[in-house]
Amino acid sequence: MTPHGKRTDQERVVVTGMGWVTPLGHDIETVWSALMRGASGMAPITRFDARTFPTSFAAEVKNFDVRPLLKDPKVHASAGINSQFALGAASQAWRQAGLDERPARNARRVGIYLGAGEGVIDTPNYLAANLGAWDAATGRTNGVEWARLGHSLMRAASEIEQEPNMPLAHIAREFGARGPSYNCLTACAASTQAIGEAVSILRGGEADVMIAGGAHTMIHVLGITGFNRLTALSTAAEDPTKASRPFDLTRGGFVMGEGAGVVILETLSHARSRGATPVAEIIGFGSSADSYRITDIEPEGRGAAAAMLQALGQAGIDPLSRRPDGRPWVDYISAHGTGTKENDSIESLAVKRVFGEMAKEVPMSSVKSMLGHLIAAAGAVEFITCVLAIERGMLPPTINYSTPDPECDLDYVPNTPRKAKVDTCLSNSFGFGGQNDTVCVTRFTE
Amino acid sequence: MPAARAHIRTLLTGLGPVSGFGIGINPLWEGLCSGATAIRPITAFDASGFETPVAATLLPEHLDIRSIVPKNYRKATKVMARDIELAVAAALSAVQAAGLTTKGTAEGTPPTIPPDRFGCHIGAGLIPADSDELASAMLTSRTAEGGFDPGEWGRTGMANLTPLWLLKYLPNMLACHVTIIHDCQGPSNTITCAEASGGLSIGESVRVIRRGDADACLSGGAESKVNYMGLLRQTFAKRLAKVAAGSSGAGVVRPFDAAATGTILGEGGGMLIIESARSVERRGAKPLAEIAGFAALQCLCTDTVGVALDGAGEDIAAAIECALADAKARPDEIDAIVPLGSGIPSVDAAEADALRRVFGLRAASVPIVTVAPQVGICGAGTSALAACVGAQCLVTQRLPARLNASGSANFGLDADARAACDAKLRTVLVTTTGMGGQTSAIVLRRVA
Repeated sequence: MTPHGKRTDQERVVVTGMGWVTPLGHDIETVWSALMRGASGMAPITRFDARTFPTSFAAEVKNFDVRPLLKDPKVHASAGINSQFALGAASQAWRQAGLDERPARNARRVGIYLGAGEGVIDTPNYLAANLGAWDAATGRTNGVEWARLGHSLMRAASEIEQEPNMPLAHIAREFGARGPSYNCLTACAASTQAIGEAVSILRGGEADVMIAGGAHTMIHVLGITGFNRLTALSTAAEDPTKASRPFDLTRGGFVMGEGAGVVILETLSHARSRGATPVAEIIGFGSSADSYRITDIEPEGRGAAAAMLQALGQAGIDPLSRRPDGRPWVDYISAHGTGTKENDSIESLAVKRVFGEMAKEVPMSSVKSMLGHLIAAAGAVEFITCVLAIERGMLPPTINYSTPDPECDLDYVPNTPRKAKVDTCLSNSFGFGGQNDTVCVTRFTE
Repeated sequence: MPAARAHIRTLLTGLGPVSGFGIGINPLWEGLCSGATAIRPITAFDASGFETPVAATLLPEHLDIRSIVPKNYRKATKVMARDIELAVAAALSAVQAAGLTTKGTAEGTPPTIPPDRFGCHIGAGLIPADSDELASAMLTSRTAEGGFDPGEWGRTGMANLTPLWLLKYLPNMLACHVTIIHDCQGPSNTITCAEASGGLSIGESVRVIRRGDADACLSGGAESKVNYMGLLRQTFAKRLAKVAAGSSGAGVVRPFDAAATGTILGEGGGMLIIESARSVERRGAKPLAEIAGFAALQCLCTDTVGVALDGAGEDIAAAIECALADAKARPDEIDAIVPLGSGIPSVDAAEADALRRVFGLRAASVPIVTVAPQVGICGAGTSALAACVGAQCLVTQRLPARLNASGSANFGLDADARAACDAKLRTVLVTTTGMGGQTSAIVLRRVA
């Protein structure tokens, strides 16, 4: 079996560029070396005064300035922080792919598929309008007063930039991309789904190049509030760097991160035609819905397993079989691994449903232990770690792993990175609300 | 999609529009053909402080969410924002129209579509928090000057919000509820590209079915921007027409008219059942239309954010040409066109430019279907509603009435006000360009 089966060069999809902006740095090498050190991006929140919040820490992007990366910073002057992250990651990916020196055949065949989150609400003015318009006498908002405050306090540019398709619009403008253009928002699964559907667009012949990935931040008053009310966030404030503990018995929720990950995907024939160097090939994508409950994951891991099986099926991989040298066909799984009680045990169960007895031989780690949870952007960043694992023969660890959980009994690459022969990886993302997505990526061979 | 499967035909078997005329295709079609308008003063809150205090809203009697969800799901309606209610209502309407049995229509009965082969793609907007709910929760977290006190909010205030508060407002909750109710376990996505969202969702369903990952999809979009933040943002984006206090707003939206001053918001959208030809045949269903072609493209936006779409005609034309190519159709086969037709001058101009580029002089004689004067522009639901309208034109061999506009000949189009009429329709184009410049183009074909 070849990983690309019977696909033609028009149908084979390769990665030719990658970029990210994360709490551990803003370029591929800095972040990768931090992951290889087992570093943590967590610290007390600086974006707003969160000292009294149940969760007062997060993994923030630090000291990031997108302007030096942009061709014409002026046209992005009003970009929100999520769009800035997206532009930063996309600029790196675009450069690695060499799309300025060896351009795409046709700008209308360069598309974008992002899984980017909404922009940050203009918190002080938004809250002031809502509080100021409250009418104690009626116990309701006074509409006329709200309209007056809204018009006078809030700003047009800031409000428009909050629309979830704005990172997309900024990237389209920066690179002149005029092909198929999508933004999806399936919570924590969004950018994995974006990469998967971008592959589908390329295979169907709708585009030659897709800029794919995601960007998000929810490190703001209402974002932290929302997840605190859901009791999904870790509240272990003693040492924020130890708070994200995926697969550990003592895990207590996820830690909010922020940032962006963007990749350039191309049909192999187009990459060849312009002399681009493929760094990996995407051979499978699976997408499913739990269709269970709005708050809980389906307890048997049905949806998660379905996404993995669909991705493996597209890749032509039977997860219960082995390579001729005895290794499993999948060498590494980038786990969704949020560090919530529910996710980590059910994800482990789903992996066992898919790989059976072999599950314990497939290393699976969660970089959320180091980067936090980048929500919509998480999947793209984790996809990039898979490509780097293939390229460099190293697996990123799950840090803060100390107490095994009987319900999480797989190989989580605890605490230290590991040298390994890595040819094929799965990258898992499962969204709040039950959307599950898995991408299967492999070493590029002719 | 693997080339071998590109020939999988995708058919529409159920239309579930929601609009200011109510739930389902019949009230919509009756309203559109009769020349009525659902645009009316906003009554859900006092909107008199806004320049545009009117909208095409559903009336309270149109939608009682508790009565249309399965009994054991009623509790979940408490965490449904308005947009979610609209999507849930649309989905049920589409499922019923297609004659499907799902967990949501008859629990315990074998479903028509196997759950793992049933996908769901929904276009959604940014859902703002309910102001009453948020403000009342913040009352105990005020500084002496009346401002917001984050310290007190963190300590005690946020506990005033229900634990599931966030889940009312995540855009993917439309699909979350719909997939749970109808047990759609196949590929599922939420597209957030403003007015193009519904059309892009339909395209994604087509892709998913063509690549063999589903037999059928619930597909479309829904939104209501008829709330404080929605109205404010659309006002800021200069998309809305000013409406004098006390005016009903009925005559304000004038698509492709030199006197146009902007659009008016509507609540709504639609869900459609898209099925592979094989699934339709297997269950012996009657298809309404074929989705023969689809394309998505991004317009080059000189203002970056895609509020002003001046000069986007060339890109919109390219999207239409790609969709025609996908359908293997020539421009002269198109018998009617459903564009955004919003009455926003720069967007109308770009769309008209695109149609002249694709259809040449013939653009002046292909009937344009404009529904915004009757149902408004429904955010992420807009293009799904437009697709329902386009399909219903094919089914009934009729074009709905057009209101308000005159002088569309100046745009080189046939879009002036006139009554509903019969028409011989074989192929209809539905094209939508949203704020941000994303464009979807869908070619619908009559099935004999």
